[in-house]
Amino acid sequence: MPQTLTNKERMKIPKQQMPEQDQTKRSNNFDEVNLGLTEELAKLEALRCIQCPKPTCIEGCPVGVKIGSFIGLIAEGDYLGAAAKLKEDNLLPAICGRVCPQEEQCEVKCVVGKKNEPVAIGRLERFVADYERETVGIRTPEPKPKTGKKIGIVGSGPAGLSCAGDLIQMGHDVTVFEALHEPGGVLIYGIPEFRLPKNIVKDEIDSLKKLGVNFEMNSVIGFTDTVDELMQNGYDAIFIAVGAGLPYFLNISGENLNGVYSSNEFLTRVNLMKAYRFPEFDTPVFNCKDKNVAVFGGGNTAMDAVRTSKRLGAMNAYIIYRRSDVEMPARKEEIHHAKEEGIEFTFLANPVEFIGDERGWLKSVKLQKMELGEPDASGRKRPVPIQGSEYILPVDMAVVAIGNGSNPIIQKTTPDLEFNKWGNIVADEETMKTNKKGVFAGGDIVTGGATVILAMGAGRKAAKAINDYLKE
Amino acid sequence: MNQIISADFIAPNIKRFKILSPKIAAKRKPGQFVIIRVNDKGERIPLTIADSDPVEGTIQIIVQAIGKTTQELNQLKAGDFISDVVGPLGKPSHIENFGTAVSIGGGVGTAIAFPTAVALKQAGNHTISIIGGRSKDYVILEDEMKNICDEVFITTDDGSYGKHGFVTDQLKELIESRNIDFVLAIGPIPMMKAVAEVTREKGIQTVVSLNPVMVDGTGMCGGCRATVDDKTVFVCVDGPEFDAHKVDFETLMRRNQTYNSQERTALDQHECKLEKYNLQKA
Repeated sequence: MPQTLTNKERMKIPKQQMPEQDQTKRSNNFDEVNLGLTEELAKLEALRCIQCPKPTCIEGCPVGVKIGSFIGLIAEGDYLGAAAKLKEDNLLPAICGRVCPQEEQCEVKCVVGKKNEPVAIGRLERFVADYERETVGIRTPEPKPKTGKKIGIVGSGPAGLSCAGDLIQMGHDVTVFEALHEPGGVLIYGIPEFRLPKNIVKDEIDSLKKLGVNFEMNSVIGFTDTVDELMQNGYDAIFIAVGAGLPYFLNISGENLNGVYSSNEFLTRVNLMKAYRFPEFDTPVFNCKDKNVAVFGGGNTAMDAVRTSKRLGAMNAYIIYRRSDVEMPARKEEIHHAKEEGIEFTFLANPVEFIGDERGWLKSVKLQKMELGEPDASGRKRPVPIQGSEYILPVDMAVVAIGNGSNPIIQKTTPDLEFNKWGNIVADEETMKTNKKGVFAGGDIVTGGATVILAMGAGRKAAKAINDYLKE
Repeated sequence: MNQIISADFIAPNIKRFKILSPKIAAKRKPGQFVIIRVNDKGERIPLTIADSDPVEGTIQIIVQAIGKTTQELNQLKAGDFISDVVGPLGKPSHIENFGTAVSIGGGVGTAIAFPTAVALKQAGNHTISIIGGRSKDYVILEDEMKNICDEVFITTDDGSYGKHGFVTDQLKELIESRNIDFVLAIGPIPMMKAVAEVTREKGIQTVVSLNPVMVDGTGMCGGCRATVDDKTVFVCVDGPEFDAHKVDFETLMRRNQTYNSQERTALDQHECKLEKYNLQKA
């Protein structure tokens, strides 16, 4: 296809579909669902970009990726050049290409999208990252001259990793502290293998290590060392990016029955601890085979949990959400995939009681039907219970996926750091500065539960602010 | 990191490890625990720190081989490494001068009670220890307890050593003969529950240390939740020690049985492999 297409010709190219693993096979395995664009598909998709003189897509990207430039390089067939351009702003492109909600960020602002479907920016991002990794391996920029400044980052999730990537490229010494035994935070313990293969997370983290980022595992900051001790031990600045990390429960009767999980526990067992490969790996999880599983919630985590239970052999796997499908916060793609895999959706229903058998195992859940009332503080219509509408649904396992509060460990061990009444650290929106000198914070511990890319955006802002602060 | 400095059996299937872990050794307080992962396919299990030596940079843990993980752990020797050790986790024991304090340890629970007994003594309590075991072989840390406590009583279920009976029998005797202000009870759940029943009637403040199934140990997963005073607590961050009179022991026992069938599978396969290995060697 000629490169000198008119915009009209470009607009005529249909959006290229993402090749996927067959839907009947995939609900029995943990292999990745999306297979990635081929070179041909990627080039065609890249040609759909009209290379706007004033691109609006970049405005939608929390980390400011030069979208038009990298897509232009794909259209020319320079995939490695595209990867280099992309990585000027995002050192974790294979991860972001998979888990960012592009449809709400860059793609929603795409000019092509005004008349046709927007350019599939996320799929192209993933394509170039995978192309580079699979052909020549992840290339890292030359190390910068050292500034001699030491920065400690608490938490190795998306915010911590993106902050580390930027700070190391500014020439600082960077150490990332992680409470668990593997780095990656929610990318490792939360998001399942079939959506984000763990070897890809590992490869992108390894590229940070190659750049010189030091990772200290099994370090629970607050217990192993406190924030103050890190400052006393010669760290010039600290970035706290510990995530949310305290699962909400429903606070209804029967919640401590055997078979009731938080999404954090269920997913951590399966993803981080690899319970789906039990007994090869030692950590067990509820045996879902031929069982009925209910997942409460409507976000991406709920989708991850319910699709995981299906892969573990659940006979019936339900999403139970108290609002309607319109209000579901999960990505459309995830809902679509879940439906293809045979997940059953029950809307406008809320659990009021878990019921167990005489041995204390979950047997059923009492649900109450809801209707939508006036909009609440979130702008979504408030679900209102319908009196007398209770009914019983037989379930053997339940996963509560209704979000996270703030983990209290940093708060309890850092007395002079300011927190709001929900336990979130108070930090400046632009500079991520806290009230404590030299201490910055970002990601879910500041905003409450949000997305991977927002946390990455926060990490990058913090890196810039820390760099400025160290020059003061 | 995490090198085993010494490893010795102190009772059948109960092994005492000294592990090089300077940061934890310097920081840990009585009642706190570590989470250990033996190898890169291993599960994460909580173990209370029995003692530490900040100068040497070591912590002590005492492990009874029950499931696959503890069996694997107990096969390790001095010089071996443990993949992951994280801590110190949990709230330290609440220590004050109560007056007369009784520390009760059942089986390997004595190892968990030991550091708190030391702290109770240091705080000025008249400290009494009751060590319970199935039989003589299972009575552990007798000398250590005698070194720090004012009085030590031993009970065995079969009468092979000390007093014939349960720790609760000894406790009842003590309560009848003198004024007891505080009781710490650590051991199997039925034992802790029985102690709680004895002291409840008398209104004696009693603390137990819970050992539920955990994963991360930092409050992130909620798997270790227990019911205390009709409220849900996360044992890893809210505990592990709680008011014995408010703990719902039934729920704790039930939740600890969640993975019984999987644990049997893992153990059977492990023992099967061990047998093959031993046959090959023979």
